[in-house]
Amino acid sequence: MFEHYLSIFITTVFIENIALSLFLGMCTFIAISKKIDAAFGLGIAVIVVCMLTVPLNNLIYNFILREDALTWLGIEGTNLEFVELISYIGVIAASVQILEMFLDKYVPALYNALGQFLPLITVNCAILGASLFMVEKDLLFMESIVYGFGAGFGWALAIVVLAGIREKLKYSDIPEGLKGLGTTFIIVGLMSFGFMSFGGISL
Amino acid sequence: MSLKQYQEVIINPLIKENPITLQILGICSALAVTNNLSVTMVMCVAVTSVVSFSNLFISLIRNYIPSSIRIIVQMTIIASLVIVVDELLKAYDYETSKKLSVFVGLIITNCIVMGRAEAFAMKQKPLVSFFDGLGNGIGYSIILIGVAFIRELFGAGTLFGYEILPLVSNGGWYMGNNLLLLPPSSFIIIGLFIWLIRSLQKDQIEEDDFVVTKHSTTPDLSKREINV
Repeated sequence: MFEHYLSIFITTVFIENIALSLFLGMCTFIAISKKIDAAFGLGIAVIVVCMLTVPLNNLIYNFILREDALTWLGIEGTNLEFVELISYIGVIAASVQILEMFLDKYVPALYNALGQFLPLITVNCAILGASLFMVEKDLLFMESIVYGFGAGFGWALAIVVLAGIREKLKYSDIPEGLKGLGTTFIIVGLMSFGFMSFGGISL
Repeated sequence: MSLKQYQEVIINPLIKENPITLQILGICSALAVTNNLSVTMVMCVAVTSVVSFSNLFISLIRNYIPSSIRIIVQMTIIASLVIVVDELLKAYDYETSKKLSVFVGLIITNCIVMGRAEAFAMKQKPLVSFFDGLGNGIGYSIILIGVAFIRELFGAGTLFGYEILPLVSNGGWYMGNNLLLLPPSSFIIIGLFIWLIRSLQKDQIEEDDFVVTKHSTTPDLSKREINV
């Protein structure tokens, strides 16, 4: 059983890395990767939110939206999959807002560190993407917790690595037009080619 | 609003303030769907219509949205529009909708839509917001179509599925560049696009974080240390 979860985790972190293999959450990935500190804070926030929302959405999908999911209420022949998107994004936006208020009230230190990144996370496609891929893979509840953690962890790993490379590149002599955004794109491209080499691994 | 302002909101996002290359918005979908021109076209139409209509509707109710819950309200409007697009696509072009898979759903979190709603539609009148959305959608499409054109032509030798450069495997002369068929290549192509745009638009070049002092070519004798 443990091995099964471990293999889901390794697959999501390396083989199907949400940033570098599936290209989700790219906008924040590129915009907030100038400094390692900021990248690290954002990475932790993504891990927390992913771990919360993916299992929540899993419950919503399995008990409300899925075809014939409402049989436990005695209602048959329902298929609410068309409201999938709006319910997932609702869950994400609401849990981000609740998390923000909770941290502000009870863990001010963490709030000061993560607070500014939380609103950004609602529009981070990595989070919604993780939920959508969770549905596509048809995961069970426990698996979805591991998947959520793995997806967040993979994204965090990728952004910290990118920030490290960008900090080092600060001192290099880059052609005028390529400075900043241009080189970042090319670095991400090369990193992503690197991550493709995990593709051949089968677990 | 004068005619000139309408022109500005449509023309500016095309190259000068392009959402992808300057505002860093909407990159996710730019990468995964660009290996094939016809799929890209569908994606561009979907994004452009969602961004212009979401701008229009959000701008219509902008004065009634409490600022503390504005993100959820905006999300709901955007998500409803995306659901409409998704259902339409499933009904009329099932093949393409299968190829785009989750990326249609991800238009919701496409930052162009949110970004424009937040930055423009919350402050401006409905009609001009609609055109701002249209301009940004087209600006996004220009980059996407450019990337898809290069990837499909030089990667597979085809355009819209029609053979342009006959491949060696089909008895032609062109050896397809398989690297371009892999998704990461679109990062590098966009990077080069940015280089091209910024060498034409000098004001977009980013400043250095620090200034490198010039190395002096003659030794400074007054500071020389003498080790005895």
